[in-house]
Amino acid sequence: MKLQKTKIVDTFAEAFGMSAARVVITADSAKWALAAARSMTGFATSVIGCKCEAGIERELPAEATPDRRPGFSVLLFAMDAEGVGKRLVERIGQCVMTCPTTSCFNGLEAEKRVSVGGKLRFFGDGYQIAKRLDGRRYWRVPVMDGEFLVADRFGVQPAVGGGNLLILGRDRPGALAAAEAAAAAMREVPGVILPFPDGVVRSGSKVGSRYKTLIASTNDAYCPSLRGAVAESQVPEDVACVLEIVIDGLDLKAVESAMRRGLEAAAGAGAAQVSAGNYGGSLGQFHIKLKDLVE
Amino acid sequence: MGLKLTLRNQPEVPLEAEAISPDRLDGMEPAEAGALAVQHGNQKATLGDFFRIEAHDADELRVEGDLSRVKLLGAGMSRGRVVIQGDVGLHLGAVMSGGEILVEGRAGDWVGPEMRGGRIIVKGDAGHAVGSAYRGSQIGMRGGEIIVHGRAGNEVGNTMRNGLIAIGGDCGDFAGVNMLAGTIVVLGALGIRSGAGMKRGSIVAMGGAEPLPTFSRACRYQPSYLRLYLLHLRRLGLPVEDGQIDGLYDRWCGDSIELNRGELLVRQG
Repeated sequence: MKLQKTKIVDTFAEAFGMSAARVVITADSAKWALAAARSMTGFATSVIGCKCEAGIERELPAEATPDRRPGFSVLLFAMDAEGVGKRLVERIGQCVMTCPTTSCFNGLEAEKRVSVGGKLRFFGDGYQIAKRLDGRRYWRVPVMDGEFLVADRFGVQPAVGGGNLLILGRDRPGALAAAEAAAAAMREVPGVILPFPDGVVRSGSKVGSRYKTLIASTNDAYCPSLRGAVAESQVPEDVACVLEIVIDGLDLKAVESAMRRGLEAAAGAGAAQVSAGNYGGSLGQFHIKLKDLVE
Repeated sequence: MGLKLTLRNQPEVPLEAEAISPDRLDGMEPAEAGALAVQHGNQKATLGDFFRIEAHDADELRVEGDLSRVKLLGAGMSRGRVVIQGDVGLHLGAVMSGGEILVEGRAGDWVGPEMRGGRIIVKGDAGHAVGSAYRGSQIGMRGGEIIVHGRAGNEVGNTMRNGLIAIGGDCGDFAGVNMLAGTIVVLGALGIRSGAGMKRGSIVAMGGAEPLPTFSRACRYQPSYLRLYLLHLRRLGLPVEDGQIDGLYDRWCGDSIELNRGELLVRQG
């Protein structure tokens, strides 16, 4: 199957059920809101090593935020709601509360909710103040630039993590250009994040390792330098570089939409092949076939 | 389908009409509603003795006329919407827990005393003791919102513990007296002795205030939470200006004769 001149491999991405929250960070300026959002989403590339996956979803104009200040929305994913709650407390406490002028709001209405402000309030050492407005509870935590306003609870909903595309290029600049184009197109889709550095990961992994202590190790089948050394290399002879884009989304539709846009953009940028990573279909709940996306 | 009540006989003395509430009238035919008991001074009477009652299309309860002698309208209501076309008397929405009351005119004393939830909007002025505790009660308003577009009298939010009271104009003396928590926003000026004896809670004044000597000035700053409240009030139709949302406020901590955890926020610029 071809899309423009790019071969689309007849395979599927294997994605997993996760839980997700949306955090809206506002500040006196977009600069400080972005500083907090970047800090909060740092070291959040993979649940394997970071306990969560997080990224900036989009910039919000002042008119679209609860307090009419510039803001950013952040999506955070973990394997269950409890995990989301723990990571939110850690990351909002360490990265948003610490950042000058910020406030932090729940951006997801969901049945399941986890306590965040209700835990962070204790930093106020008894001087914190609860406020309830329009059915929502907030905490005012006194800090050295005034007060940190944070929502008491954040909604958590079922989500989809681990959607992915493998972009194969004839050389590294070509693969990188195709991956950058794909990532840019995918970021336009609401409700998704690309948790790796600027959306792209070069160290794709397989499950397990010859070393007992490791639960994941390099995806040798897609390492061009091992094409002659591994039994079932997936790297064609004319390919010298493979880059992966991982997509987490609030629902399957958002992940599929992002993958479709990524496929088209990668093909438009001249990728040699686009494939997807899976584990034989035995691990993930969601199988996203590339063929269906192209058709 | 709702009911429309039009006052046809002005009561000579106050009429206690807690029967005028969606909880009581929902689903009733006009004749059935007209037979409901009301107290006219020391005499028992029926709603139909004073009101012409008819069905109408909107899903709300409409009450029209000079109701300034009609007390306890909407008292204890938990749901639905009441629209009052005219002035209304004492104890409007007393102890209500849900629903909405809209008054297109003025309201007497004791608007929403010991309210639990819901919303009361008064387009004109309101009397004394808006959202207050009844005499002898330990806790006043516990939730909900009271929005007065005009002025209000003394003792707004006396002993309130939760919820929001907003006054579009000036308010009288002793706003937030003995307040336990909650928020009072006054777009005009506060009278004297505001926040006397308050333990916690917030009183916000746009048009100036004279803090009691038992309040201590903390700083001049932009309280983050206040933006949410002012935007909310603007959505409800109060004339909140951008300068008030982005403005600077002097924070006064008090009352130090109590817990000293309350705050008086006075707009400075």
